Amino acid sequence: MTNEPAVRVRGLRKAYGDLVVLDGLDLDAHAGEVLALLGPNGAGKTTTVRILSTLVAPDGGTATVAGHDVVREPAAVRGAISLTGQYAAVDELLTGEENMRLMARLAHLPRAQVAERGARLLEAFDLVDAARRPVRTYSGGMRRRLDLAVSLVGRPRVVFLDEPTTGLDPRSRGDVWDMVRAVVGAGATVLLTTQYLDEAERLADRVAVIDHGTVIAHGTTAELKRTVGSAHVELVLTDGSTQRVATDGSVPDVRRILDDVERRALPVASWQVREPALDDVFLSLTGRPSAPADAPEPALATTSRENR
Amino acid sequence: MSTLALDLSPRDDTPARPRPGADTLALIGRCLRRSTRQVDTVILGVALPVLLLLMFVFVFGGAIESGMEYVDFVVPGIVILTAGYGAASAAVDVANDRTNGIVDRFRSMPIRSTGVLTGHVVASLVRNAVATALVLVIASFIGFDAVASPLAWAGAMGVVLLYVLAITWVSVALGLLASGAEAASGFTFAILFIPYVSSAFVPLDTMPAVLETIGRWNPVTPVADVVRGLLLGTDVAASTVWAALAWSVGLLLAGWLAAAVIFRRRA
Repeated sequence: MTNEPAVRVRGLRKAYGDLVVLDGLDLDAHAGEVLALLGPNGAGKTTTVRILSTLVAPDGGTATVAGHDVVREPAAVRGAISLTGQYAAVDELLTGEENMRLMARLAHLPRAQVAERGARLLEAFDLVDAARRPVRTYSGGMRRRLDLAVSLVGRPRVVFLDEPTTGLDPRSRGDVWDMVRAVVGAGATVLLTTQYLDEAERLADRVAVIDHGTVIAHGTTAELKRTVGSAHVELVLTDGSTQRVATDGSVPDVRRILDDVERRALPVASWQVREPALDDVFLSLTGRPSAPADAPEPALATTSRENR
Repeated sequence: MSTLALDLSPRDDTPARPRPGADTLALIGRCLRRSTRQVDTVILGVALPVLLLLMFVFVFGGAIESGMEYVDFVVPGIVILTAGYGAASAAVDVANDRTNGIVDRFRSMPIRSTGVLTGHVVASLVRNAVATALVLVIASFIGFDAVASPLAWAGAMGVVLLYVLAITWVSVALGLLASGAEAASGFTFAILFIPYVSSAFVPLDTMPAVLETIGRWNPVTPVADVVRGLLLGTDVAASTVWAALAWSVGLLLAGWLAAAVIFRRRA
């Protein structure tokens, strides 16, 4: 069990009619790490999570979670996971405390632990003051925190988070990130999907970049960034054009570059030192920015296919 | 945010297994608790049938020839109409659970997840029982005079509850099929309309031939006839009793099977 990946996916396929959502997806999430599935809307992230959490059957390929096959042993998989989807799946009419108690009972916690563990989770997620109010009076951030809190009551081994911070304010995002780190610190494995590059960068040990249902790149964020080269000084000229000069980011090197700019009297409007971001990774891998496109143009789709 | 003494470490014992009995009880408890927070829905579910009762008795009643005191004739029909309102709210609840991810969450847990449907059905039965009792109390104030023995009362209520159970499962299936709560409440509009073309409010033989034929084949007709016969102590043909039971059990099985299949396929 210890050497086996917490999540292992090989050649996963899923299509809805003519629409191919997953096209031979491979993934490994090691025990105790955060793996981020990064990709634009429609890349297949949510479908992957739905298959891994036993909600949807794959058309082909294999997937094991905590050592159990999702198709042949769904009950064992369910006993080892928690799922937090894109919507806060808590009961609006019940209070935070009642939601927690219900989930604790359904997780078959020993009776003596139900109240105790629920109270501690509400405390950890800063929901004590709101615990006796119906959830429909909660803000979006509070709902999401409760959603995550109740999902942890059964002490899952593998935690699936499908876009856990979509639509949250910055403070609530930070809270969710803190809790994800705490969960992983305690030994669970987290598989999260996100469209936010900074989220993957801050939380994930490793990132799998997904596009059109396959993994087009994977590795640590540092490894991925290395694929697009080093840091650079970005100069925006007064005519609006930009120039980039590679740098190692050290003070002498940046000074050398700026001295050179001054000597050549370049009309610079603004400048900055830029580390390569995952945005750049996505752009270089797919030939298009990661920002969710309204409608993928055929030419761009072709580009990404060549990059597979 | 602090994690305090919270133990977030994964459980190392064997994974949890479903305990269907305890899980379903917990989910029934959830829905009963929800019902106590939706008092407005329950009140509306009583107020509308009562309003219709008053209208039928005092506005239309004088013009309807039913062969008996019209209030006695119409109350069994109103009781069945009330059941429709109760069942409709189950469809909306199920549709809500499906669209906001609660059903997905339960399905990803080591429990018998169809318990989420059972929970809504049982809560609907309880709400309906309360609503029916209230309607009957109000009916007694405006002259409804049941002469039934306790046994006949129990029989009548049994027939009503079986019918409620059947149309609640049909509503749950419709709620699972609906794209959302609005669509679900649209679907159940049909259920609310069905009693009007039956013997619930007026005798069938006063209707035009086409409607009379439809009314004869309406599942509400035998159910209303049996409940009326039991409460008022009038004769009920055995064939009517069988028809009422067959319709209810048939609808119950159809609704329950459809709900189970749809739940597995698309919930």
